[in-house]
Amino acid sequence: MINLNFVYPEIFLSISLMVMLLIGVFKKESSNIVYILSIFSLIILLVLNFNLFDKREIYLFNEGFKIDFLSTFMKVLIISSGIFVMLSSSIYLKATKIFKIEYPILLLSSILGMMIMISSNDLIVFYMGLELQSLALYVLASFNRDNQLSSESGLKYFVLSALSSGLLLYGCSLIYGFSGTTNFNQISLNINEVQYGLTLGIVFILVGLSFKISAVPFHMWAPDVYAGSPTSVTMFFAILPKVAALTVFIKFLYIPFINLIDQWQIILIFLSISSMIFGAVAAIGQENLKRLMAYSSISHMGFALAGLSVGTNEGIQSSIVYVSIYLVMNLAFFSCLFMLKRNNSYFENIDDLSGLSKNHPLLSLSMMITLFSLAGIPPLAGFFAKFYIFLAVVKEEMYFLAIIGLLSTVIAAFYYLRIIKIIYFDPEKEKFDSDHNIGLKFTLIISTILILIYFVFPSSLTNVISNINIL
Amino acid sequence: MFDVGLGHYLTLGAIIFTIGIAGIFLNRKNIIVILMSIELILLAVNINLVAFSSFLNELTGQIFTLFILTVAAAEAAIGLAIIVVYFRNTGTIRVEEIDKLKG
Repeated sequence: MINLNFVYPEIFLSISLMVMLLIGVFKKESSNIVYILSIFSLIILLVLNFNLFDKREIYLFNEGFKIDFLSTFMKVLIISSGIFVMLSSSIYLKATKIFKIEYPILLLSSILGMMIMISSNDLIVFYMGLELQSLALYVLASFNRDNQLSSESGLKYFVLSALSSGLLLYGCSLIYGFSGTTNFNQISLNINEVQYGLTLGIVFILVGLSFKISAVPFHMWAPDVYAGSPTSVTMFFAILPKVAALTVFIKFLYIPFINLIDQWQIILIFLSISSMIFGAVAAIGQENLKRLMAYSSISHMGFALAGLSVGTNEGIQSSIVYVSIYLVMNLAFFSCLFMLKRNNSYFENIDDLSGLSKNHPLLSLSMMITLFSLAGIPPLAGFFAKFYIFLAVVKEEMYFLAIIGLLSTVIAAFYYLRIIKIIYFDPEKEKFDSDHNIGLKFTLIISTILILIYFVFPSSLTNVISNINIL
Repeated sequence: MFDVGLGHYLTLGAIIFTIGIAGIFLNRKNIIVILMSIELILLAVNINLVAFSSFLNELTGQIFTLFILTVAAAEAAIGLAIIVVYFRNTGTIRVEEIDKLKG
């Protein structure tokens, strides 16, 4: 008998999104109700997930599904950031006339896919979760369907993401063929010696996964998709799929392929170094804030991968801390972006920020805090995130990686500081609207305060994460 | 007589896979061709999985194939829908002309 208690969150989410779909079909003008209901169901989901915090490992469905501390923690991260994304973006959706019932439902189904992906312990379950997530994301990217840029970004995302799924699947088929099973634990038992086919399979899987977290050299979709999609979807893209894909990275590297660490470690170091450098250098000339955030997220993912390439529990924990802080910083930055509104149109270029501090001192203050934190300036949260990564990397004597990381931080600081200079010292422009809704203000305030006061209680996050011991 | 073994199936799968990848990158004309190439990639994976499954005397690979077939159908449906939306906005689906987003 399968103990269904442990999959209640997933069951609840799938039932509630079907119910909301029915409400949307049978009730006219129901987009507001569905939106509010989906926020509530995410909150209930969060509570259900908190019940599962447990240090035991629980296997379900023929060991195809695994609930442990890592998966529960990542699910909590994903669901809570999903709540904040929805809270902050409702006004934007109404202003751009894409406030439809499908929007929250697609968000929820992609969150469901991410949850399945995170808990998966089998190649088939993993693939189904991944596809559920990406099929919803294709539609979300092209959600503003009368806008040429949005549909183009959806098209580009579809082609490249489908290609990456194909590569990943080819890797899965090779792994299945050479290990004789699709279960992660069985795979790690069955692969003891290095075989040509297995190495090829690992390379294909790593390529597919790096597409999903947009690590260089598989990043080419990210800037276009970020710039073209509606800003609320960009916010979603910048946060949730990254967290989910990073978890899958951890699971793949440290459960089935742990015996082949010599094979994948060098690939991961290459991905990490190239992402850090490219993300820092390519962002310098950007004029569009969303495009700039795409490059910034590429470089941040490089740091998270640096933590994973170390091959110790400490490295894994440091990159989980990194991605949690990255998520809060992105929430803050995109909430600031939502506040740049004048007469129902939104502004997303760096020039539009010029002289912001004269008219909106509070908004510019929180933007400055966020940008300083993204640049990694102490004592803000972003500094600690990088600090833990460097600590773990130096401990394993990978000095080269640490030096490259430090250099790319210095380069990246340039473009963050340039935005701050434009906000504070350039001639001012027309005032932006200041009648923001409560959800947006709440998101910005909470995330800014978290960034600001993280240095007072750094152990509250690291203590929780130190329970994640995979090796 | 010529025996068809696992190696031949894997070679066929690898060839079809390569054709699919090449079709995505070399194609300069039409997005529909890209959709077909994606389908080819998934089918190559299916050939691989079925060959492995029969070689290993294990059913998991064939079950995986069924899942991939359904997902491929869903993916093609969504891809076509996005292409229709794009065509309505721009009036073209030529790959060279999809260049509004760059920088």
